[in-house]
Amino acid sequence: MELTGAEILWECLLREGVEVVFGYPGGAILPTYDAMNFYPVRHVLVRHEQGAVHAADGYARASGRVGVAMATSGPGATNMVTGIATAMMDSSPIVCITGQVPTAAIGSDAFQETDVTGITLPITKHNYLVTDVRELAQVVKEAFYIARSGRPGPVLIDLPKDVQIARTEFVYPEGPVELPGYRPRTVIPPEDLERAVELINSARRPIILAGHGVLMSGAMRELREFAERGRIPVAQTLLGLGNFPASHPLCLGMMGMHGEAFVNQAIQEADLLLAFGMRFDDRVTGNVKTYAPKARKIHVDIDPSELNKNVKVDVGIVGDLKAVLQELLPHVEPIDRSAWLEQIDEWRDDTRRRDILNWDGGGKLWGAHVIHDIWRATEGNAIVVTDVGQHQMWEAQYYRHEQPFTLITSGGLGTMGFALPAGIGAKLARPDAEVWVIAGDGGFQMTQAELATAVQERVPIRIAIINNAYLGMVRQWQEFFYEKRYAATPLVNPDFCKLAAAYDIPAFRVTRREEVIPIVEKARQVDGPVLIDFVVEKEDIVYPMVPAGADLHAMIRRPVSEHGQKEVTP
Amino acid sequence: MKHILVARVENKPGVLNRVASLFRRRGFNIDSLTVGETEVPEISRMTIVVDTSRTDATRVVHNLYKLVNVIEVEDITERPSVVRDLVLLKVKADARTRPEIIQLTEVFRGKVVDVAPDSLILELTGEEEKIRSFIEVMRPFGILEMVRTGIVAMTRGSSPNGHVPLRGNGAVV
Ligand SMILES: Cc1ncc(C[n+]2csc(CCOP(=O)(O)OP(=O)(O)O)c2C)c(N)n1
Ligand SMILES: [Mg+2]
Repeated sequence: MELTGAEILWECLLREGVEVVFGYPGGAILPTYDAMNFYPVRHVLVRHEQGAVHAADGYARASGRVGVAMATSGPGATNMVTGIATAMMDSSPIVCITGQVPTAAIGSDAFQETDVTGITLPITKHNYLVTDVRELAQVVKEAFYIARSGRPGPVLIDLPKDVQIARTEFVYPEGPVELPGYRPRTVIPPEDLERAVELINSARRPIILAGHGVLMSGAMRELREFAERGRIPVAQTLLGLGNFPASHPLCLGMMGMHGEAFVNQAIQEADLLLAFGMRFDDRVTGNVKTYAPKARKIHVDIDPSELNKNVKVDVGIVGDLKAVLQELLPHVEPIDRSAWLEQIDEWRDDTRRRDILNWDGGGKLWGAHVIHDIWRATEGNAIVVTDVGQHQMWEAQYYRHEQPFTLITSGGLGTMGFALPAGIGAKLARPDAEVWVIAGDGGFQMTQAELATAVQERVPIRIAIINNAYLGMVRQWQEFFYEKRYAATPLVNPDFCKLAAAYDIPAFRVTRREEVIPIVEKARQVDGPVLIDFVVEKEDIVYPMVPAGADLHAMIRRPVSEHGQKEVTP
Repeated sequence: MKHILVARVENKPGVLNRVASLFRRRGFNIDSLTVGETEVPEISRMTIVVDTSRTDATRVVHNLYKLVNVIEVEDITERPSVVRDLVLLKVKADARTRPEIIQLTEVFRGKVVDVAPDSLILELTGEEEKIRSFIEVMRPFGILEMVRTGIVAMTRGSSPNGHVPLRGNGAVV
């Protein structure tokens, strides 16, 4: 049957199982929007194309499926750039479709023409400019395959207007995609496995560094078996949180710049690092020259270019983590490592003494307490989508994720403005889950226009603004490293409750600790989106902190005396 | 150390840009890059020379593999191979110096490809070393213009690049 390019696009999207598309129309993509009327797809109209991409990203991270975003040429496409870069850094599988000026006009600086494939070349896993409608079906199929396979990532398809209009016989390319230059690896060299097993079974102080790759590969069960069998403690990266139950006795929690001190201490003292699906980001290692100096290192990652990139390793295994762990598991010997675990516990005690949770707050409202109470009220079962800044780190420290895929956050790029649109995407992907957006007062305002999207599309997300009237994380750096010269970090904010009211969104303001749980409970009952403005202490600090580039063990700790030692039981 | 990488890539628009962009954004320095047709019309071949450590050369290879249009990459630095560069030199020449220049060019097995009243164009193909010494020999006469193609390379024997079986490390993600 002869179809137009636009129709072929929708036919192909349906065959990929696409149910929701996040987008914003415009001239160069109009034929595709017109054809959409005849296909059973839910289109979510965002208020800015960046929001469309974050929403597709949140959708992908919450569901494990490919998210789809759509925009027009020129400004529509360039507005997508931040979202695409965010997805690229966090290996999130999305497909972005942009309209383009007609092929005959390409290169002429036509109205709303930009070289989108050029602009997004370094921030996509791959991209396409389709100049012949006969190639379109194949391109769409390849795009989805590339986005979700191997190390996932964003793929962009630029579609000139005339290609959307042109007609051709529609033949769907059945069968698997075969690309001569793209072969996600499947074979694991046995000699690497042997060497790894040797190191694992002879280690006395091993530690697992569990990253995002555990989630992407679906290796949660294997990780747990591995840790339990070898009695090996598990530290997590920010994007790895949820890959191992927070309540598990072997779970140490987050490592790195704002990881707990005892976790970083354990890494520095370990004799073996088992890096599973993580990439030794500088926020995780601190100064690489002094990083884990006593440890041999085994690194398993699906992307060979990550091996030996930041940290030299003794054994590098390229492969899908789940498969690699399945190979390794039978050889992991149950070794008594209680001395090592006890040592870590001792360090952990010191961390506990400093924990802000052991302090009643002195009548003030602290960000960490808010997060802790949201965790209690939601019984740790919500999907939390955070923005970037102090509140993001408090979330990572105090919302204890039991389940995989329950923390969605911009880790690699650290994109402020991510939370609200990504939260909308996450909720649409998992309608039965409770979704909390936790944003700073700064970042929230970067994409707050998406409140209208949540209303128009009736997406019942719960929004918590951790309102400290500062670009808090930057203020913290200024406090520590620039002698409290607060250049451009104080914020004069709108009244967030009135703002919500303008969108017909019920809103609450919380200024005292004892109100947190009751108001959170109230918000949970609201049918539709709801917002809570948590007015917290302005000059709070995320402790502990490894200053950028410093040694991992050189942490700035919360002073023991700061809040006294008053014990409270939460 | 100089590493010679041979990459077989899909002959499609924009592929050279993808490769060049990769080198730029990862901070890998290219000494030279040549690209041209191969025995298969859908495939082009790049010879890329990078001056880095062995670990970094491996990183370059792995990163090249991440490009969907790159079919195969091989570091042939340590394999027996034929490596060639071509130089065109325009050298100042008058009646007095012309015979000497021509004679020296012959010693290098180069060719005189253009003769003008006050200059000559010389062509020489060979390995880097040979080209460099040729340039040094000509410098005193006065080099007016120079152009080099950059290195092309091919491994010796009957398993030409591209037909070697893919090794484990040829993983693509
Ligand atoms: C788009 C963008 N611009 C700038 C930054 C730099 N930055 C990192 S954290 C931060 C402050 C965030 O402030 P807020 O949203 O109020 O959160 P808080 O740290 O106060 O919790 C800034 C400006 C960024 N990460 N993203
Ligand atoms: Mg703030």
